[in-house]
Amino acid sequence: MFHRMKNGLMAAATAAFMMGSATVAQAATELTMYYPVAVGGPLTKIVDGLVDDFMKENPDIKVNAIYAGNYNDARIKALAALKSGEPAQLSVMFSIDIYELIEQDAIVAFDDIVETAEEKAWLDSFYPTLMQNGRTAGKTWGIPFQRSTIVMYYNKDKFRAAGLDPENAPATWDELVEAGKKLTAADGSEWGMMIPSTGYPYWMFGALTMQNDQVLMNGAGDTTFFDAPATVEALQFWKDLGTKHKVMPEGTIEWGTLRKNFLEGKTAIMWHSTGNLTAVKKNATFDFGVAMLPENKRRGTPTGGGNFYIFKQTSPEERKAAMKLIRFMTNPERAAEWSMKTGYMGVSPAAYDTKQLQDYVKTFPYAAVARDQLEFATAELSTFQTGRVRKALDDAIQAVLTGSKTPEKALTEAQETADRLLKAYR
Amino acid sequence: MRQDTLRHVYGWLLLTPAAILLVAFTHYPTVATFINSLFSKGNPIRPSRFVGFENYALMMEDPIFWKVLGNNAIFALGTIPTSIALAIVMALFVNSRLPGLGLVRMAYFTPTVLPMIAVANIWLFFYTPGIGLIDQILGLFGLPGHNWLGDPDTVMPAIIVMTIWKEAGFFMIFYLAALQNIPAELREAALLEGASRWTYFRRVLFPLLMPTTLFVLINAVLNSFKLVDHLFVLTKGGPDNASNLLLYYIFETAFSFFDTTYGATLTVVLLLLLAVFALVQFFLLDKRIHYR
Repeated sequence: MFHRMKNGLMAAATAAFMMGSATVAQAATELTMYYPVAVGGPLTKIVDGLVDDFMKENPDIKVNAIYAGNYNDARIKALAALKSGEPAQLSVMFSIDIYELIEQDAIVAFDDIVETAEEKAWLDSFYPTLMQNGRTAGKTWGIPFQRSTIVMYYNKDKFRAAGLDPENAPATWDELVEAGKKLTAADGSEWGMMIPSTGYPYWMFGALTMQNDQVLMNGAGDTTFFDAPATVEALQFWKDLGTKHKVMPEGTIEWGTLRKNFLEGKTAIMWHSTGNLTAVKKNATFDFGVAMLPENKRRGTPTGGGNFYIFKQTSPEERKAAMKLIRFMTNPERAAEWSMKTGYMGVSPAAYDTKQLQDYVKTFPYAAVARDQLEFATAELSTFQTGRVRKALDDAIQAVLTGSKTPEKALTEAQETADRLLKAYR
Repeated sequence: MRQDTLRHVYGWLLLTPAAILLVAFTHYPTVATFINSLFSKGNPIRPSRFVGFENYALMMEDPIFWKVLGNNAIFALGTIPTSIALAIVMALFVNSRLPGLGLVRMAYFTPTVLPMIAVANIWLFFYTPGIGLIDQILGLFGLPGHNWLGDPDTVMPAIIVMTIWKEAGFFMIFYLAALQNIPAELREAALLEGASRWTYFRRVLFPLLMPTTLFVLINAVLNSFKLVDHLFVLTKGGPDNASNLLLYYIFETAFSFFDTTYGATLTVVLLLLLAVFALVQFFLLDKRIHYR
């Protein structure tokens, strides 16, 4: 009953508001878009700039782009807005939120919106690896926008000082450990490498497991492989970097301050999102390099970042306008501009064929590392009940890194939790 | 008789604004939360249904719930006595008449004015291994640094220290106000009688401060359950829930996992705990307090 009352009130308020504003916004379609920013830097300005450009080209569409914090906040705000009846037509949200959004019946598949053959072809114009997190049950639900992979940033000056070849970053786990030992100062003031383990531990772990030729979940999002032998081995390796090889600090390493650690020279190597590339380039006072992550059995990294979603509660006109906006934001020129300004990937092969990005890659080859790594990439951990499943894995990783559990025990427990949560979806 | 009715109506009218606010924002949400906690998690495909106390049974088996409850107890025991003791000491100090005390008072109060998120961001860089302020100071003395927030053994103490720093100044203000209301004759009389300063404090000052202490204590207990802003910045409850607190777990459950009904279940527990604490403090401690 209270729900009905609330909805009634909300409808009345909305109606009153609409009557007031009807005269102003007659012909224009108005879109409200939420978007998150997960890495540092002035990304909000860049997004707002892109949106302004869009409105100049399309004067009949008005876009309210609302910065909504990190990925978690953006999802909460967008879903809360939807539930309370506030208008929101599209949003950039975590690519891995797809199952949750489908389960909440919040989003509409792009297959149900596209009409022409040209539009259908557009759905296939992106890198297939980037689409893995946006497709399930035979449909496309998310269009890649601020997408990244994990790359290895390294301090070339430190490599030279340690007698390592600055042009050849470690390419295998063994080389990584060896280089790390040379780069680590005996007194603990400088470390060989740091892999962050707060914030998004499962993401970094996705890279290590992929390098060990093991994925963390299936494509249907209803089964995880947390206790597979290769998964356990990967976590053992992560722990060994700190406890056995002593090339990384023990305990967890903070995601938020890692870039500063790298820029201050406290670590010679860091694994981090490509979304940090431009910020590192601007702020590094030393010669730095960017390389693909090393391999054990193969190379590997999860993709990451945000996709565009269109909400279900939208009129056909709004969907059309939202499509227009998404196509504008992801067209090759914009994607190239976005990539150069942030370090996120150009989301389609065509973006890397634009003259501006080709010229940029010539002067700054590291801008293409993420793209080259795509062929080894896999989807980011994403399942039904994704928040809880992810937390189970995050807790297991942190328990191992802080020494309170063995990899076998922690991962078996995490798998049990995931099995319990996912049983209903199989 | 009519006069009486009118007075009743008048009284109720005066109460109405406050009553509406209370009902709308306190009583209704409390009842709704409890009702919610009796339903299963729903979505458009599988609608929520009545499950009785099943969520509570689940909670009893949830190891993270017990972990965060334990953490909350440690957090409360770690922050409350120390911050109250510090507040009294600081208040006594700034209550004396020395030049430049305005500045000191301001300095003590500054942490309270800062938003918790800002404070946590500052302390994040204090605690950062290697480049953080604490490790740099340790380095000056040739001591090794420590991964304060990344070690389950030190993460709670680290957060407790930060919270004390943040809270003590706030409590000091109440003690300062109370101290300024205590007549100077009491002190003179006590000293004339040959009481030591400690006796004066223990036998005269502290009992007179008890009403303030009760007020501060209630606030401190509530805060120890309410304050979780810093967790968003500092640890996100990690590593492995070592710094997770009940309210943060409720937030995670309700907004990261979208399990609003289990979130409601945890919230009911939080409300009960707070209610019990408040009642105990009011009814048990109140009897031992001397009000003027």
